[in-house]
Amino acid sequence: MTVAVFLEHHEGELQKGSLGVLGKAASLGDDVVGVVLGSGVQELAARAGGFGAQKVYVADASELEAPLPQPRVDALAQLVREQGIDTVLFAASVLASDIAAGLAARLDAGLNWDLVDLAAQDGSLVGTRPALEDTVYADVGWTSDVKLALFRPGTFDPVESGGNAEVEEFTPSFEDFSTQATMVEQAHEESEGPSIEDADVIVAGGRGLGGPENFSLVEELAKALGGAVAATRAVVDAGWYPYSTQVGQTGRTVSPKLYVACGISGAIQHKVGMQGSGTVIAINKDPNAPIFEFCDLGVVGDLHEIVPKLTELVKQRKS
Amino acid sequence: MKIAVCVKEVPDAAVTKRIDPNTKRLDRSGEGALNHFDSQAVEEALKVKESGGDGEVVLVSMGPARALDSLRKALAMGADRAVLVSDDAAPGSDLVATSRALAAALEREGADLILFGQQSSDSDGAVLWAAVADRLRRPVISQVAELTIADGKVRGKRQTEFGYDVIEAPLPAIVAVSDAINEPRYPSLKGIMGAKKKPQETLSGSDLGLDAGTLGEQGSGTNVVALADPPARGDARKIEDDGSAADQIADFLAEKKLL
Repeated sequence: MTVAVFLEHHEGELQKGSLGVLGKAASLGDDVVGVVLGSGVQELAARAGGFGAQKVYVADASELEAPLPQPRVDALAQLVREQGIDTVLFAASVLASDIAAGLAARLDAGLNWDLVDLAAQDGSLVGTRPALEDTVYADVGWTSDVKLALFRPGTFDPVESGGNAEVEEFTPSFEDFSTQATMVEQAHEESEGPSIEDADVIVAGGRGLGGPENFSLVEELAKALGGAVAATRAVVDAGWYPYSTQVGQTGRTVSPKLYVACGISGAIQHKVGMQGSGTVIAINKDPNAPIFEFCDLGVVGDLHEIVPKLTELVKQRKS
Repeated sequence: MKIAVCVKEVPDAAVTKRIDPNTKRLDRSGEGALNHFDSQAVEEALKVKESGGDGEVVLVSMGPARALDSLRKALAMGADRAVLVSDDAAPGSDLVATSRALAAALEREGADLILFGQQSSDSDGAVLWAAVADRLRRPVISQVAELTIADGKVRGKRQTEFGYDVIEAPLPAIVAVSDAINEPRYPSLKGIMGAKKKPQETLSGSDLGLDAGTLGEQGSGTNVVALADPPARGDARKIEDDGSAADQIADFLAEKKLL
């Protein structure tokens, strides 16, 4: 059995999530190869040897310069066919998810997503997939010859093995339609403001705040608790708060001692960015909000009343 | 311009979702509704149609025959007609089988633009567009929060892990929108009254030239082996605010030595 792990990279760094999946794959005891696709990525590829890859396949092509999925489907499909790879694993990301699904269609290969674990049972691979807002854990398998899996972001930490990988180049050919989408502008990250990754206390606001002006409620509570302010993707995309404060799959991953979620429903996209937090308090008026499934204290109520009162109480008790 | 929007019936938000332990599939016997994320794709399609002056918005879906009831909400919003792929062999279809059936239905329509919502609220895959794009051999742009169309091209601004990208592709193309793109309109009374009369077509697998073996579990590449409860999460507490919630939170923080 040969397992390939797609190694995503950004600005000359292999991504932590991909390296974590690589380590997991290596721990299952099969032949594990890494795949690095890009432009000018030769040197980057060799580094994967230190994280569990025995071999790294590299394709270096101008078509692979921008992080777009479709040329990468071509390259991976070719590699799977030529090298007899039977399993391809991905750490989920905006890019990797689209690649995995395109590859599933191309190869008629089963794709299980949002996995939080993978094990070999009696010679077959079995994945663990939380479903229905994580209220059920399903053991999922594959019935196709080629097996594909996407892992929930942040599931595995990279393991430094100190090994060396053999690097082998291959030359993919591209379908006409795969290179039609082009990157016009890329990744203008607005990185002003304090980093939320190091904060011990985070107070986060979501759509339930009702409007950008109500972020002052969150800011005042954060100030009283000596913490930082964070936001969900929905409110960042709506322009209520800066991108640098966004917690979630597309955004920062944080693990403060205390995380207070105000008006946040708790979509998976948000959960994966804050699931490592110590104590989680959620205030939301919707009793069915998924966030109540993964908080330590859930408060069903109107945050516009509760948060200012709480801010005052915190100030009183601290003084 | 002809725009196809892929939509799905999901269990209504008021229904407690459960997995049937026998079939290991989602129990879809309760009340159904149009997937909320899809109504945003419908909204965007209507905006594109309205800005262009003329055109057609076609809903394309797969599900049980009664899913047409849920699709009618999108017709009431303003979509022109609906095509539902419904087949006794289809339940249990995974990404491989679903993308095959939808691609076949979309191939028949030959739309200039195919839109998807961000995800379904029941299976959360958020990847179907990429599989459909590969089968249709068309460019795809996903997670689009701002969409513009000009000179035969579609341009999408979207958020990734590293900031914002702007991606462009020639039409015909496939675009998946993010939940930040718009607020879907409410159907008007006139829209609701007119929805039933709009063309609604149900197609079987064989209508699309698909063998029964390419649908459902047989046509899929994945299966569910077993179901289990999630790992327990300590001593989680839930309270309803009766005016004392702020005090209770402060006490909780003190108890956890966080205050």
